[in-house]
Amino acid sequence: MTPTSRFLLPRTLATLMALPVLSGLMLLQTSLVSRFVLLQGTSDLVLLAIIAWALQKRVESAWQWGLIGGLIYSIASALPIGASFAGYLPAVALALTLRRRVWRVPLLAMFVTTLFGTLFFHAISYLTLIIVRDPLPLVEAFNLITLPSLVLNLLLAIPVYALISDLARWLYPEVLEV
Amino acid sequence: MNSTSTRSLQTIILILIALGVIALALGGFLSPLSRIILNPIISTQTWIASRYQAVMDLVRSPQDIARLRQENAQLRAENSRLQTQIVELQQQLAETNILSALVGFARANPENRYQAAAVIARDPSPFLKYVIINRGSDHGLRRGMPVVTQQGLVGRIAAVTAGGARVQLITDPASTVNVRIEPSQSPAVLTGSISGELSLDMIPQNADIQVGNLVLTSGLGGSYPPNILVGQVAGVRSRDQDVFQRAVIQPLVDFDQLEIVLVITNFTPVEIGPLLPTPQVAQP
Repeated sequence: MTPTSRFLLPRTLATLMALPVLSGLMLLQTSLVSRFVLLQGTSDLVLLAIIAWALQKRVESAWQWGLIGGLIYSIASALPIGASFAGYLPAVALALTLRRRVWRVPLLAMFVTTLFGTLFFHAISYLTLIIVRDPLPLVEAFNLITLPSLVLNLLLAIPVYALISDLARWLYPEVLEV
Repeated sequence: MNSTSTRSLQTIILILIALGVIALALGGFLSPLSRIILNPIISTQTWIASRYQAVMDLVRSPQDIARLRQENAQLRAENSRLQTQIVELQQQLAETNILSALVGFARANPENRYQAAAVIARDPSPFLKYVIINRGSDHGLRRGMPVVTQQGLVGRIAAVTAGGARVQLITDPASTVNVRIEPSQSPAVLTGSISGELSLDMIPQNADIQVGNLVLTSGLGGSYPPNILVGQVAGVRSRDQDVFQRAVIQPLVDFDQLEIVLVITNFTPVEIGPLLPTPQVAQP
């Protein structure tokens, strides 16, 4: 194996891994997780996985995961196409920024990105729906959907981060310096 | 000769003694004597038997433990298999109950043709009230077809693929259904909401609406067939300064527990958009 292929293979594999991982999480979300509702809010496993992936220090395919996650969300949801991309990609950008700045405390970065990522994704969803469909009551939407979803996402942030960290360690094993 | 007769006499005497002893024993005259003789023997036998049993238990116990463990494992496996079977049978029973209710509903409404479908997923966005069913265009489903259960109206198909369809529930905030309220026959518009509640709007002020009145589809607008049950009026809000009354509806369908639904396949929604008057543009 040449050094180039040794470098490119994990990157390609990491990007390709997004398809089964995010598809599986979406299946889990639509069939199971969406039944566990807090008021009217539900957790977003795909968003959490994308954020957790972007926060892994050796990962270089965060944007690809964001795009693939947005694509899968668009297929699964009746939300207008593009809204999920517009919601996920800023979360990836925020996660990458925090990874560079607070890399010593990844869980703090995970919580902060989950907080703002959820708020931003819901804001995008809300704006898209009031543009494309009927107006929605803002306060009711925030109280019944966004806040409960935020709580659920923050609760699931640590387990999702742990799982994605294991996946990242498997794809990007630590290089031992002798 | 003498010796022979002497031996015979001894034998007879012995037999008579034996018979006498037996007769005494049968008569219960030897009980105290036999108790005195037998009690120590029985006690000794009991002691020996118990010691023997203890020794044999000690010798056999490893084999017994292994056998009991094996039996225990087998029984546990059997138990878990039976538990699984019970769960499966309970699921089948629940499905059968739902299906028989749906068949009853279909028989009660023979004017419609139905396609049964299972609810397999929900929309990942909490802002939307959609479900995904496991029947699509390959099974004759088309966009706009109404979806019902034996309890009442569920929604209508919003998008179709070959093997699945997305159903917009009537609780979706963007869903509107033209309905009428029984027995007053008042028309109204049913709308969903973010909270999942159903409300009635555009009820004329002079309409007599009471809590408990039934709400059915009116068929106006061509989106839904008429006379499908939707729910009951749970509360009325009527103010003099308002143009219309409003009401809150208690749906008959439990939208959180949807498992199997029926799609009415012989209903084609009417697109009335082109028939609606368009605002006239002032000509210079």
